[in-house]
Amino acid sequence: MSAIDTPLKPKDFKSDQEVRWCPGCGDYSILSQMQKVLADVGAEKHNTVFVSGIGCSSRFPYYMDTYGFHGIHGRAASIATGVKIANPDLTVWVITGDGDGLSIGGNHFIHTIRRNIDLKIVLFNNRIYGLTKGQYSPTSEVGKKTRSTPFGSIDNPIHPIAVALGVEVTFVARCVDVDVKNMISVLKRAAAHKGTAFVEVYQNCNVYNHMAFAYASDKKTKDDHVLYLEHGKPMIFGKERDKGIRLNGTMPEVVDLGSGISQDDLLIHDEKAAEPTLAYLLSRMRYPDFPEPMGVFRALEAPTYEAVLMNQIEEATRQKGKGNLNELFGAGDTWEVN
Amino acid sequence: MSTVTSEGTQTHGESAKPIEAIESAIVRFVGDSGDGMQLAGTQFTTTSAVFGNDIATFPDYPAEIRAPAGTLAGVSGFQINFSSRDIHTPGDKVSALMAMNPAALKANIADLEDGGLLIVNVDEFSVPNLKRAHYESNPLDSDAFDRYRVYKIPITKHTFEAVKETGLSTKDASRCKNFYALGVAFWLYDRPLETTLAWINQKFAKVPAVAQANTLALKAGYHFGETAEIFTVRYRIPRAKLAPGKYRNLTGNQATALGLIAAARLAGKPLFYGSYPITPASDILHELSLHKNFDVRTFQAEDEIAAMCSVIGAAYAGAIAVTGTSGPGMALKQEAIGLAMITEVPCLIINAQRGGPSTGLPTKTEQADLWQAIIGRNGECPVPVLAARSASDCFSAAIEAIRVAVKYMTPVILLSDGFIASGSEPWRIPDAADLEKIEIKHADDAETFQPYERNAAGSRPWAIPGTLGLQHRLGGLEKADVTGDVCYDPDNHQHMIELRARKVQNVANDIGDQEVFGEPSGDLLVASWGGTFGAVWSAVQRAQAEGHKVSHMHLRWLLPMPKNTGAILKRFKKILVCELNMGQLQFVLGGHFAIESEGLHKVQGRPFMIGEIHEKIVQVLGGQTP
Ligand code: SF4
Repeated sequence: MSAIDTPLKPKDFKSDQEVRWCPGCGDYSILSQMQKVLADVGAEKHNTVFVSGIGCSSRFPYYMDTYGFHGIHGRAASIATGVKIANPDLTVWVITGDGDGLSIGGNHFIHTIRRNIDLKIVLFNNRIYGLTKGQYSPTSEVGKKTRSTPFGSIDNPIHPIAVALGVEVTFVARCVDVDVKNMISVLKRAAAHKGTAFVEVYQNCNVYNHMAFAYASDKKTKDDHVLYLEHGKPMIFGKERDKGIRLNGTMPEVVDLGSGISQDDLLIHDEKAAEPTLAYLLSRMRYPDFPEPMGVFRALEAPTYEAVLMNQIEEATRQKGKGNLNELFGAGDTWEVN
Repeated sequence: MSTVTSEGTQTHGESAKPIEAIESAIVRFVGDSGDGMQLAGTQFTTTSAVFGNDIATFPDYPAEIRAPAGTLAGVSGFQINFSSRDIHTPGDKVSALMAMNPAALKANIADLEDGGLLIVNVDEFSVPNLKRAHYESNPLDSDAFDRYRVYKIPITKHTFEAVKETGLSTKDASRCKNFYALGVAFWLYDRPLETTLAWINQKFAKVPAVAQANTLALKAGYHFGETAEIFTVRYRIPRAKLAPGKYRNLTGNQATALGLIAAARLAGKPLFYGSYPITPASDILHELSLHKNFDVRTFQAEDEIAAMCSVIGAAYAGAIAVTGTSGPGMALKQEAIGLAMITEVPCLIINAQRGGPSTGLPTKTEQADLWQAIIGRNGECPVPVLAARSASDCFSAAIEAIRVAVKYMTPVILLSDGFIASGSEPWRIPDAADLEKIEIKHADDAETFQPYERNAAGSRPWAIPGTLGLQHRLGGLEKADVTGDVCYDPDNHQHMIELRARKVQNVANDIGDQEVFGEPSGDLLVASWGGTFGAVWSAVQRAQAEGHKVSHMHLRWLLPMPKNTGAILKRFKKILVCELNMGQLQFVLGGHFAIESEGLHKVQGRPFMIGEIHEKIVQVLGGQTP
């Protein structure tokens, strides 16, 4: 079949289903970039599986011409775990949202990441419940007025990258829906990672939470509010690239370059640092006090869950031989009746 | 004592004391949770099984791992019925009760038959222990137990003496008491010591002092029986005439695990078992995780929901996918079972039922999850349900459940219960070559593939990721017939609900006719299901022997039921449904077949006794014995 012979184009990853997100929704961009990335990395449609939960983002698998599973609320990571263990050769993506992945599915989120099973989890964070028509979500800011919080939300928000780092995520990155270039590079890195890759995408829900991330997406202002992370490079940002991040004691601070402060004084990004300290510090840099980091926070090599599991099976088979049913049945104390 | 321990293990059968041959006996070991009663019981069971008796066991232990020592809450027991004839239950009344302390005595004495043997560890009948058991005075000093043959043995003291030479600490020495008690029981019922001695040496190979101490305690107990003047008679239960073959003793959970491994092998597939620890189902996970060389992939999930969802993913990806749980976990899995049902992926959910509701009685048995299995999900969501009838039956029930799941592309629920999951009985070891293959044909033709096209069985194709050209999307939203695309059309929804229901009904084509034990018609049909089989069948046999026109119908399949079930029910004047719940099968039968019936409902966390069922049968029949 041609799927193997000729390289696939982004449109080859489009399914025949009509896309049903609201016009202008940030999800469209993520879908397009994903199709482009899969084509670029030479993904095989039949060996790729998209698993999702419930919510606007979770309709994603229907629009991809790969294998797909639209699960139940919050459980995408668990379904994907079963897929990956049953067939470790498959490339498995999990598509989730802030409500799906962090509220009802929060337990699976942390446990999946700590196992380092080779799943690529993409969380569309729009800081709102869209599909249920506009209630505050676990990432909504305190004081947010929504249909369920007419007097303002009183919940402290969860910060997904900080949580992921707390359970020793081996790959974690962030991008913005409309920042195509950065998203493509982040998704490609996630695709190449062996182990759990977690990507937070700032996604605009133009119906229920429009412009929630305007500071990071508006072309005019974003350069002052976003820090693009580059491994081994000093942390510089700003339209004129005249600002940087310096460590003051154990706290980061924004400094202006030039007035006695040089690049040598700035923090150098190290995504491969064995300790998650730097990545955690970055995860706590938030608008408006800091530029919000985009790109790869952390990327480490570590044994994957499914590889270790399959090793145990191989090792047991090497030691005991391939299982023989009659030996299994007749093990232990037996007796004959004549 | 050590002078007599070095000889005499060969004296089996050459006793100086008279041996009386009896047909069967029921022994119950009872003590504190920490007294090793489960171990003593298991050893007595294995020895009796290897000796060739038919056996049935009933481990009964508290939910607390170590309740305060000496209290009623901490009493743990293990009952063994061993016989020279065919038996189906651990028995009603106990012939010999081995009580290690006053609390154990108090909690169990009501079950000892008149004239039964009561063996107590008198060393533990101290004032504080009596108080902990809420005894005002020492019952052994009263005439309360005149109905029994009471043997007061200083088991603690004798054990210490026996193991002194090993130099073990008092605490460790005290832990050998169960082997001393076991030794006494072995002597009393003329059992050989070899099986247990071999077990001790293997188990404690790395701690020779413990191995030696347990050996000494076991032999000391045995020789006490022989040399002490207190026992005047001992018993022998000849071998049972079981069907010829090779046997081993299995609990229901072990049998389930072996059945699952066999089913995966018969299907030529890896076995995926995703589960969250829960009493009394965890032993399935434990057993399976030992057998990785059968390509068994166990996954201990973070919760019950994750376990069920991982099973759905594994089934989608082409594994034989199974989860095991108990009532509370089952409740958590139900939404995901609905997803498996509408996406039509094959998988198996095992529910080893326990006492409910809520946390209920975690270590006790009950059958109150039948409704939960049949109607416990949102929407129209029928799922095939079957129930194993005994410990060893779990093996074939597991294989049958997988066979139906993959043929009909559906989740299947297999019900066992705490009684058969933890209880054991002899299992005639099958030859793997005699087990029928499970044929699976995955979709592979990209030209003709439609995810929701149905075959003659009503089943859709199993197309697994990795197959070229068969990319498709499944999900919990209603789907269009044939294409499987998301579809909100009203007529399609009704059509799909009917198709899915019909598919489950089609399972009836594979399960054969319902059997009736006894005459095909008569005055009374006793209906039962699941782990109560042994007790109900024994009671019906007793009533039949008395001349009653009573027959027994034991349902293996609860959804769908065999096609002739309704016809059978109509051939009897009266129906009695016996179950360990408040009438769940009775309700289902009434709903399906518009019949009236009587019920025997027991919800005490304990299995049925033969006697109470027999009594009810006679009562329903008018109280007269023909
Ligand atoms: S509700 Fe918001 S998130 Fe959902 S599709 Fe519409 S714009 Fe997108």
